[in-house]
Amino acid sequence: MNKLSRRRVLRGMLNGSAIAIALPLLDCFLDDNGTALASGAPMPLRFGTWSWGLGMSEALFVPKKTGANYDLPPEIAPLQPIQRHINLFTNYRVFKDAAPNLCHHTGWVILRTGIAPLTAINRPGETLDVTVARKIGNATRFRNLSATATGDVRDSFSYENGNTLNTPEFSPIRFYHRLFGEDFQNPNAPEFKPDPHVMVRKSVLSGVLEESKSLNKALGSDDRARMDQYFTGLRDLERRMDLQLVKPAPIESCRAPPSPEDLPAGLDADLVSKRHRILTDLMLMAVACDQTRVFNMYYAGAFSATTQPGYDKPHHTATHEEAVVVEEKCQPHVSWYTRRAMEEWAYYVQALGRIKEGAGTMLDNVLIYAMTDQSFAKVHAIEGIPMFTAGTAGGRIKTGLHVDGGGSQGTRLGLTALRLMGVDLTSWGTQSNTTSREISDILV
Amino acid sequence: MVCTLLLVAGCSSGTSDPKNSTSPLRMRLMSAQQYSTTLAFVFGTDVSDSVPSALPPLTRTDGMLELGAASIGVTSDQLQQLSQSAAAVAAKVVDEKHRDYLIPCKPAAKDAADPACARRFVQSTGRLLYRRRLRPDEITRWVNEAGAAATRLKDFYAGLAGVIEGMLVSPEVIFIVEHSEADPRRPGHQRLDAYSLASRLSFFLWNAAPDDELLQSAENGEIQTAQGRARVVDRMLASSRLENGVRAFFDDLLEFDKFNSLAKDSVAYPTITGATLADAREQTLRTVVDHLLTRNLDYRDLFTTHATFISMNLAAIYGIPAVPGWTPYEFPAETHRGGMLTQVSFLAAHAHPARSSATLRGKALRELLLCQKVPAPPPNVDFSLLEDPDSSLHTARERLQVHAKNPSCAGCHLIMDPMGLALEKFDGAGQFRETEKGAAIDTGGNLDGAPFSDVDGLNRALHDHPMLPTCLVKRVYSYGTGGPVSMGADRNVLAYLMQRFAQAGYKYPDLLRDIALSSAFSQIREPRAVAPDGTSPSPPPQVTALNLP
Repeated sequence: MNKLSRRRVLRGMLNGSAIAIALPLLDCFLDDNGTALASGAPMPLRFGTWSWGLGMSEALFVPKKTGANYDLPPEIAPLQPIQRHINLFTNYRVFKDAAPNLCHHTGWVILRTGIAPLTAINRPGETLDVTVARKIGNATRFRNLSATATGDVRDSFSYENGNTLNTPEFSPIRFYHRLFGEDFQNPNAPEFKPDPHVMVRKSVLSGVLEESKSLNKALGSDDRARMDQYFTGLRDLERRMDLQLVKPAPIESCRAPPSPEDLPAGLDADLVSKRHRILTDLMLMAVACDQTRVFNMYYAGAFSATTQPGYDKPHHTATHEEAVVVEEKCQPHVSWYTRRAMEEWAYYVQALGRIKEGAGTMLDNVLIYAMTDQSFAKVHAIEGIPMFTAGTAGGRIKTGLHVDGGGSQGTRLGLTALRLMGVDLTSWGTQSNTTSREISDILV
Repeated sequence: MVCTLLLVAGCSSGTSDPKNSTSPLRMRLMSAQQYSTTLAFVFGTDVSDSVPSALPPLTRTDGMLELGAASIGVTSDQLQQLSQSAAAVAAKVVDEKHRDYLIPCKPAAKDAADPACARRFVQSTGRLLYRRRLRPDEITRWVNEAGAAATRLKDFYAGLAGVIEGMLVSPEVIFIVEHSEADPRRPGHQRLDAYSLASRLSFFLWNAAPDDELLQSAENGEIQTAQGRARVVDRMLASSRLENGVRAFFDDLLEFDKFNSLAKDSVAYPTITGATLADAREQTLRTVVDHLLTRNLDYRDLFTTHATFISMNLAAIYGIPAVPGWTPYEFPAETHRGGMLTQVSFLAAHAHPARSSATLRGKALRELLLCQKVPAPPPNVDFSLLEDPDSSLHTARERLQVHAKNPSCAGCHLIMDPMGLALEKFDGAGQFRETEKGAAIDTGGNLDGAPFSDVDGLNRALHDHPMLPTCLVKRVYSYGTGGPVSMGADRNVLAYLMQRFAQAGYKYPDLLRDIALSSAFSQIREPRAVAPDGTSPSPPPQVTALNLP
């Protein structure tokens, strides 16, 4: 293979060489475990995130009992059908240290990155899904999929760096076409024929990559970093085109869905729910079809503006302007919003459970990490932000538990998730959020 | 406010262009709109409109989305979407419907490579997409790509499609990378090279890549002479493409990206649909274009004018007779519908889904139109006084009195609420009302020392506010040069531009021309890298208090 570059190999293919020629070893085959999807092979491990906005009413959300078979207070009563598939984590803390408490920002940024942001527009580090995607997201068509039920393309808890948000899909139709449109290769199709157009596209991309290397020389350091990111992306895209030239292994659970209806803009809770469910079904089927192994669903998040028909305060406004009704131990409308969020969390987990994989379901092969941005949003509290997991991560964790963190770092759950996904870390987080302690209560 | 005004307007008494003023070299990501408009200009709107742009949304920076283009990066998944979109565009360009007029020659055979024809296409289309003439080695490479693909696919046009796709994801196409060169008029200093200047002008004035004539001006050196640049800029200002640029700027300035996900509560406002809100956005943009370009009127009068345009959807909201299509309309003076603040776009975008918000409207007025920053609320603010409003409190003014009594709220709310309260006779969807919950609405207030009793008075106070034109100058200059301004380095040029704007009667096209022809627009600060000859970068020019001749 001396001097046989991948580009030359592809050129050879374009000029009529046999398609069966072995490509030089690609990075995408180096870093994944259990990737073979042929019959009988282990299913790949996947990582997902889910988010809701504006926390909880503690008295109605946090169970009195810990461990298994915990009680389900009213705000999490909708979780009864999924209780055995999830874990609930309460009484964990995030630490802002010398940074200010940035409303609706500090909490989620720490839980997703382990780092306290310094300003309301500061996004330090990278979110944990990005770290995981670098580890397990290289052998699929998409490295990292994001979607939001809010309809706003800026609503995302996933970013590569401070300047690069992983933009979520919000239109069911667009999401469908991206996932199951022309470029989708059905792994169960009876015949496979490498698309020569893909070879052409890949060759052209290789050319762009080579052509533009000189650009970097003229750039300052910040711009050079952005251009490096572009080239990394281009190389990644090139590798993913290789995947389209190889026959995918059949996957029993993969069924390309029909095209969904598109939905209007709006944040009416019913509409958000409908959008969330359509996007969830599309996303999870893409996971079942092994189009991606890392995926983020944003039901709602910071400054959630979901509305309740006929009520004049959107969710965020209500958290601040609605009085706590002492007898009810909550702000009734705010609690209504939280319950709607939990109904959607239940839907999401049930959707995972509906997808059969081998002798079980997709829940057996995923770890879903779910969190919110505040604990008691009325006063922007970040102590005790509740979190969940769903799935057993290939039998590596137990489920059905309520774990009281005893005031320890919330980043422990992020560290646990990262390690479960194979990321080799001795610790995660910075300053007071640094932790090297997994949450052993859930580990098998 | 006064000190800020002095900072901008008071430090230069002359009206000459400060010759040593400079702006930074930048690398900007094309916005989705710029990408789409460029495709429309190069291939036609039926091609550009058929494919949604896949470029990521920009992050609002210093008040403008476009300023975020100088720092945003692109992920591999975003590139993948861009590649998909580029493939769709390429397929359209070479399909049987378009190939005869978008490709400047016919191949000798459709099922084989034709290097000569491919070369013609690569040279002409590549120049428009790359915004510069391609080098011989680049042309050869693309022609070879087209040939290899055509041979493989037995289709000349499919080969060209591959080339188009490649060009449309090239970093030199999607990033606007500016380059500098030694400035012969200022030895030891740098200026934008001719192609970079052409692109900066084009994205500023047209929100799209340069056309053939502008590139020619760069290639023949005309753009680098004072007279030549003036001729180029005047041609651009006279072009129908200028409307694209004006629309893009005001859409950004007014945060109309909100409309991409805006909706109103269907119970509170059953007649407000997505189509209504889309028309509200369009109404304001039509008003802006008509006022500033077509009629070349004083920018400040945008906030008092009763002249606008109405569609069928909007007629119901404004309570006026409906006429099909868009028609010019003059609101009677007594309707209180004078100026942009009273249009549905501003009123609905800065309100809650089911109710108005004096605070959001006041904040928008301060931040978008006066360039003032309202601090974020403190995290531990005590909201208890806002809770469970007493049923005897009918109006927003009564409810917001709470803020004035709370020291941690008062500081910020006193600079937002009075302006917003003047707009309280318009509900959360922008519909006029005389009362709220049966109570009369008091719309009196004070804008930085200018008292008013109703929204007409607010509009006049805003019209006469010294920060209104100053803010616009700052925003347009930063938008044109592609990044946030530095109040230290840019103060002289901003002062100069402000004076010129005032002297010309606050005419927007004149402001565009002054910015485009200013020294700072093309002279470069802090060269990014060593010069091609390997010499060290020139020291940045010293910005002094006054650099008048």
